[in-house]
Amino acid sequence: MAVAEQAALPRPAARPPDSFRNWTTVVSLVAPLLLVAIVLVVGSNALPAIRHFGAGFLTGRAWNPVKEQFGALPFIYGTVVTSFLALAMALPVGAGVAIFLAEPSAARVRGVIGVGVELLAAIPSVVYGIWGLYVLAPFLLIHFTRPLSEHLGSIAVFAGPARQTNFLIAAIVLAVMVLPTLSSISRDVIKAVPGGMREASVALGATWWETTWRVVLPAARAGIFGATILALGRALGETIAVTMVIGNRPDIPTSLLAPAYTLASVIANEFTEATGSLYPAALIELGLVLVLVTLTVNILALLLVRSVSREARA
Amino acid sequence: MTLNRRRQLANLLARGAMWLTAGIALLPLSLVLIYTVAKGLPAVTHIEFFTNVERPVGIPGSGIAHAFVGTVIMVGLASLMAIPVGVVSGIQLVEYGEGRVGDAVRLACDVMVGIPSIAIGLFVYALLVAPFHTFSGLSASVALAVLMLPVVVRTTEAAVALVPDALREAGLALGLARWRVALQLILPAAVPGVVTGALLAVARAAGETAPLLFTAFGNRFLSTNPAKPLAALPLIVYHDALTPYPELVQTAWGAALILIVLTLVVNVASRVALRRQIRLAAKI
Repeated sequence: MAVAEQAALPRPAARPPDSFRNWTTVVSLVAPLLLVAIVLVVGSNALPAIRHFGAGFLTGRAWNPVKEQFGALPFIYGTVVTSFLALAMALPVGAGVAIFLAEPSAARVRGVIGVGVELLAAIPSVVYGIWGLYVLAPFLLIHFTRPLSEHLGSIAVFAGPARQTNFLIAAIVLAVMVLPTLSSISRDVIKAVPGGMREASVALGATWWETTWRVVLPAARAGIFGATILALGRALGETIAVTMVIGNRPDIPTSLLAPAYTLASVIANEFTEATGSLYPAALIELGLVLVLVTLTVNILALLLVRSVSREARA
Repeated sequence: MTLNRRRQLANLLARGAMWLTAGIALLPLSLVLIYTVAKGLPAVTHIEFFTNVERPVGIPGSGIAHAFVGTVIMVGLASLMAIPVGVVSGIQLVEYGEGRVGDAVRLACDVMVGIPSIAIGLFVYALLVAPFHTFSGLSASVALAVLMLPVVVRTTEAAVALVPDALREAGLALGLARWRVALQLILPAAVPGVVTGALLAVARAAGETAPLLFTAFGNRFLSTNPAKPLAALPLIVYHDALTPYPELVQTAWGAALILIVLTLVVNVASRVALRRQIRLAAKI
């Protein structure tokens, strides 16, 4: 009956062309086009180095611009070690803060603490750098790294002599910088866990902690993992603060107390001084590696976080 | 009974641990703030710090006026490029962004936020510095605009989406064209959110160092010509902090203090404004 009535209605006239829709759509394509352009331009400028060194570039250990020896391994190693070390430090704190912030009670206190944590993301990288270099580094050297290398120097990762600028301090600064990413996304994910699950757990007699540990966290696991990967992406690409505290030496040290180098910081340090054609191209290829890795990591993390929030909504 | 007590104890310990992690998380914020204020204050209490340009080491009265001017010019130009494009894209995402194209734009923006700023510096260097054989403030503002764009798009989208659908429906029911509804009805209602989003992007751009290294390059003299190298506050912090001269390190701390005050004020103010808009939207 209703169907028949609808069918009897006259068909609406063809819509006039929506020029507003067309031009706003064109404008909105600027962002995706820029993204493609970044990959293409950086990639094409790295071509001379890609052609010259081939796949050996990624596994080369030597970095000697004077002899035109360019190997990316020390920088890849430094980037990976600092980032994962930073995550290892930031994850427990970030997850704890997220659990803390997702609780409904004492909303005002939690609100203030939440804003405080998010403000960490607002502080410019270079301010972390100067703080790390002039405040944290001397403090850690006297009270932490030097005693560490003196007492535990026989363990390879703490082998001395301790330097003021090293892997460990770069990782600590990075951990602080990725903390807001980690905790604010994890908090949203934890909040998205259906209340019925908590209620069921509490109704069975579980304490708050048992509910959190055995019910809420397992349900939020995939989202927290996504937040961690997103934080990893931030850590991999962080430049200035790391450049100021890592010591800038293209080595592959086993000790965390030795100076090292990362992909981003070698570009920051050497690009304006790079002469010839091969040297800048090699640095741009390092940049290409960085872009491709962070792109992959970010897309993975975003898909993960999105699928989790879609599940929670469904 | 003992099992129960153990469970209660574990619960208590876990609660304490959560408070502890919150404390640990706030520790670096307070330490960075305290030290930047303490070390930067001696520099910024001289009026010459704001009125003079850099002077050779050893000559007193050095200032950062040139960096301030450079940062304002570059961030201003970047805003002129990024904010209109970003706001229009954000509106498009709300009005027509249901389909594949909208999803692609959203994903591109979210991914772009994660691209290392140093790589954006390389991109702009290859595009706008190498072909012209000179570093320039303009190329730096393009790099900053690339950084700002995704932030503006996503915050605009969020702010516009907060405007109640009833407003849009009322406009369409009165026979207004879609563009009129979007630009004259929805956008004005979302202005506080859009402005705070843009301000957040501006604050972020003002503090960026890495994309300026090989675009703006830095300049020791006062210059307002965006076709030539320009000085910037973050570049001053970066370069001066790494010198062995105490006077320059002092200047670096002063510039860092200005940067941190700038970004924190914008961030806190925008949070307050945003909360007000969300409350307003809830009332409607």
